[in-house]
Amino acid sequence: METTEVRQKVLDIIADIAMDDDVTTIDDSVALRDQLDLDSMDFLDIVMELKKRHKIIVPEADYPKLASMDSCVEYLTPKFVQ
Amino acid sequence: MNNVYDTIIIGAGMSGLAAGIRLAMFDKKVLILEKHTIAGGLNSFYARKGRKLDVGLHAMTNFAKKGERGKPLTKLLKQLRIPYGELALNEQQGSKIIFPDTELSFSNDLNVFTDDVLEKFPEEKDGFMALLEDIRNFNEVSLDNPYESAKERVARMIGDENLREMIFCPLLIYGSAWEDDMDFSQFVIMFKSIFLEGFSRPEGGVRRVISLLMKKYKALGGEVRFRSGVNEIISENSVIKGVKLENGEVITASKVLSSIGYPETVSNLNEKIELDPKVGKLSFTETILCYNKKPKDFGVEDTIVFYNENQKYHYRRPSTLFDEKSAVVCLPNNFEIDDYEDGMIRLTFMANFDLWNDLSPEEYDLEKEKVLTASKDIVRKLYPQMDEEPNFVDIFTPTTIKKFTSHHGGTVYGSTDKSRDGRTPIKGLYIIGTDQGFLGIVGAMLSGISMANLHCLMEGSN
Ligand SMILES: Cc1cc2nc3c(=O)[nH]c(=O)nc-3n(C[C@H](O)[C@H](O)[C@H](O)COP(=O)(O)OP(=O)(O)OC[C@H]3O[C@@H](n4cnc5c(N)ncnc54)[C@H](O)[C@@H]3O)c2cc1C
Repeated sequence: METTEVRQKVLDIIADIAMDDDVTTIDDSVALRDQLDLDSMDFLDIVMELKKRHKIIVPEADYPKLASMDSCVEYLTPKFVQ
Repeated sequence: MNNVYDTIIIGAGMSGLAAGIRLAMFDKKVLILEKHTIAGGLNSFYARKGRKLDVGLHAMTNFAKKGERGKPLTKLLKQLRIPYGELALNEQQGSKIIFPDTELSFSNDLNVFTDDVLEKFPEEKDGFMALLEDIRNFNEVSLDNPYESAKERVARMIGDENLREMIFCPLLIYGSAWEDDMDFSQFVIMFKSIFLEGFSRPEGGVRRVISLLMKKYKALGGEVRFRSGVNEIISENSVIKGVKLENGEVITASKVLSSIGYPETVSNLNEKIELDPKVGKLSFTETILCYNKKPKDFGVEDTIVFYNENQKYHYRRPSTLFDEKSAVVCLPNNFEIDDYEDGMIRLTFMANFDLWNDLSPEEYDLEKEKVLTASKDIVRKLYPQMDEEPNFVDIFTPTTIKKFTSHHGGTVYGSTDKSRDGRTPIKGLYIIGTDQGFLGIVGAMLSGISMANLHCLMEGSN
């Protein structure tokens, strides 16, 4: 899967979780937490949505890899291919 | 197979509905069982003579503006995926704490309160600032804070007893299961929710909140059954198996979340356990007075008044049917937008369940008349210019609360024995809502969410 597609899929999830935030202006290199109103509970939701929508399991040790959009795409792209 | 669920939730109050939404969102097979005919629990709604009334809603605490980060209200909306705008919140105009010699005003802007405290208690400036600092630095939602007397901790900062009593008054009556004191964590939760964040009211009252939650839950595929009281919680070797309904039907689940209260939950267990959580002592009467004119027509702008005639504030079960020396007086018209046709005043008195429960039907009606008289007296004292007689009156008592919510002793803030992490001696059975420790509308929803996350959704919870 193209990285742009992966980015879109992650963005769809984030948009559903951070409903009242503007997700169109996300800076991919900056931590999501610093741009959006996301706390640890919300990151858990991202993990659960990845499992629910795309059958991707993110073990707890890998949660830090979801910190920014760039790191999400880098970490998740190979998983989407599988 | 039909009667097998991942999770059963007992009670369709605020905590049960919120927990249900979280579980249904992540494809758990979940069933909410509610004894009553409608949802809402301690904050439900009813109609009398064509008037739509709310059981509890004076105000929602924990006001936050759209997009305000890290606030309990915005957190909970995000977890439930309900857009902020759907609550249609209207902020309060301003509230007061009225004691015999002093009056303090507050609003959703902390400065209003701080300025008034400093003006009326100038010698307490350092103490009050130290208290604010202490509150800001305290992690009140940690699930393993030990009990600490809030009265003692606050007394170390604020010397003037009168100021202490005035600060405690709204916090106690809006959320303490303990008499005359509260756990410091609960104090901080309440202080933030009232003085730092403040009051608002959803347009349409509690009906809007409940219908939002119900719609969301059903859209996610959650099931709910009304008129379905649970009368046995079934476990084997201290592991949860399911529940049995009043009609004898057995429903199986690997987890059960109970919002009916800790003592109520324990008394429904088929396996006896050592634990004996105490039944909470605090219950209330509620008087609803409707008028042809609005309070603002008489120049009355207050939203909520915490009224107390005694030198000290007595927050405890009275030794009489009700305690007319103090009251919460709520004027639901006095939010930003007033969507009521009538003028309305609601008054809450502390009351003694056992005494109400012992009355004969005739005595009961007579005593309700006394509550009405006392309510009108207070309105007259506060607002002598409102010389109009109400055109409609409704009163409910601790026994009404018991009847419709099944809380032992008609308790509103539950047991003093909370289960902060929700765990019980039965594996797979968890306490949510009031007796987990978070209460009020916002608190109960947060409790449902956090317990569902912790015990049913997080890694390792299966
Ligand atoms: C008069 C009054 C005024 C209030 N005012 C405010 C206010 O202004 N602002 C605010 O934030 N909070 C207010 N509250 C408090 C708030 O309503 C509660 O803290 C909150 O609703 C508690 O929710 P809960 O889910 O913990 O419990 P509950 O609402 O008690 O939910 C428990 C549910 O379980 C059901 N149930 C019980 N037994 C069984 C059984 N055996 N089987 C199946 N179902 C069962 C009950 O019917 C109920 O629906 C008020 C309460 C009252 C009574």
